Amino acid sequence: MEASSLINFFYIVSAILFILGIKMLGSADTARRGNRLSSIGMLIAVIVTLIDKQVFDSWVWIAGGIGAGAVIGFIAAKKVQMTSMPELVALFNGFGGLASLFVGWAEYQKIKDANDGLIGDLLNPSLDHFTASVVFLAVFIGDITFTGSIYAWGKLSGKIGGQAKVFSGQKAFNMMLMLGVLACGVLYAAAPDGEHAYGLFLAFVGLSLLVGIFGVMPIGGGDMPVVISLLNSCSGLAACAAGFVIQNNVLIVAGCLVGASGLILTIIMCKAMNRTLANVLFSGFGASAQKAGGKQEGEMKAISGEDAYYVLEAASSVVFVPGYGMAVAQAQHAVKELGEILEENGAEVRYAIHPVAGRMPGHMNVLLAEADVPYEQLSEMDDVNPIMTTVDVAIVIGANDVVNPAAGEDPSSPIYGMPIINVFEAKTVFALKRGQGAGFSGLVNQLFFRENTRMLYGDAKATVTDLVGQFKD
Amino acid sequence: MAIILLLFIFTLAAFLGFELIAKVPSQLHTPLMSGSNAISGITIVGAILATMHNPEGTMAMILGLAALVLATINVVGGYLVTDRMLSMFKKKGGK
Repeated sequence: MEASSLINFFYIVSAILFILGIKMLGSADTARRGNRLSSIGMLIAVIVTLIDKQVFDSWVWIAGGIGAGAVIGFIAAKKVQMTSMPELVALFNGFGGLASLFVGWAEYQKIKDANDGLIGDLLNPSLDHFTASVVFLAVFIGDITFTGSIYAWGKLSGKIGGQAKVFSGQKAFNMMLMLGVLACGVLYAAAPDGEHAYGLFLAFVGLSLLVGIFGVMPIGGGDMPVVISLLNSCSGLAACAAGFVIQNNVLIVAGCLVGASGLILTIIMCKAMNRTLANVLFSGFGASAQKAGGKQEGEMKAISGEDAYYVLEAASSVVFVPGYGMAVAQAQHAVKELGEILEENGAEVRYAIHPVAGRMPGHMNVLLAEADVPYEQLSEMDDVNPIMTTVDVAIVIGANDVVNPAAGEDPSSPIYGMPIINVFEAKTVFALKRGQGAGFSGLVNQLFFRENTRMLYGDAKATVTDLVGQFKD
Repeated sequence: MAIILLLFIFTLAAFLGFELIAKVPSQLHTPLMSGSNAISGITIVGAILATMHNPEGTMAMILGLAALVLATINVVGGYLVTDRMLSMFKKKGGK
């Protein structure tokens, strides 16, 4: 008793450190310390768990498991490129989900094996309805998080096509899958000691894996910020459910905090696209080659690097609008260099970042921070839009939907109503783009056809480096 | 009673989480995500318990061990990458 009270006391300390850590992540000045505090909380939780009694001489396994995981995690964290953060976070989400699934499964397996007489001396081998229900939840959420994240990772890393995939009867099929999972879960929880319980358990383990895959399948690459946020939330909820299975309060608190955090990010991302979560998840947005709402007036006008240089040289206010294309081209360092040169040239330089720019929330901020752009220069959409008419040049680097004026003007456009960065109000817009095709979402961007827009074709990094070179000459 | 208490904890933690995170500015969303991702690796505690409370070689112990490796990747990788990212956020002129 004494020892378990002590352990729980330290779990409370851990929980407090997690809470403080998250709170401090709310400001750039304290974020790093906050993250460290939270890691100390984790270390405390792990250590006090290890000094718990009742060990089956398994310390070699535990040391090996922690060692292997730590080495893999260390390498992944040190090697990953900042442009690949969405993939890494997706993978980590998936691992967390799978781990929680296994924890729930292990607890159930232990009780079941004791019931079957395979292992002895368990005080209370019967499984009550509540524990069975939370076992189901841990497995179900963990499973979805795992396969959903792996599928999202595949999309993000280009291993499988990033486009939304829809097939006829998909909604009905997914609905059947969900009903199948729920039916197995309810039957299982109703008779957790019944003779079919293990079969039902294995059935929903398998079916939930499919739910994750088919759930993410109809969601397009442009909606990935929402998906990753949601999976982040799920990985927390899975840990929370596992906490209910083993009745451990620190798992419940920490898992729940993560669940809430992921959910809030999900809601913020949905708002930034003016869509509901249901619409993001189920509509198969961007799957069909969109019939590009409205006709295009005018044509895309290209501009040479030299002419662009003269315009920039005369500009006194410049706004960069980065998008996923900047990440793909690894252009953030070149962009920062251009920004500095423009500042030396007397221009006011800002970076306007749309909440859903890139493939995960805050993706662009991290890239620009990597390139040493001071974060005071990073502006949010709502701060930069009111002054857009005073901006001489807006440079769009690989962003597309988030600057498409159709969102505000064309009710037939699929992105109508989405708040955008109003670059079309700037005096001149340079759009850096690889080729003439439609963007990732498949939508034609009306911005490119505007009177004040000039296209700078080519690789974003090469284009920006070329501009920097011209300034230096 | 224990269950009610756990549900009580859950409810309070949910509200606390919403309150805390609603204030995080959008520029910190990626570190918030990878940092909270590391916190969800708290399931490592469950994995340790499952590994050491079950006799070697049983299915439950093997599941626990697999969970332990995965959760450790999540914890170590998550915290380190978050720290690496946050080390890049600098003020103008500051080191």
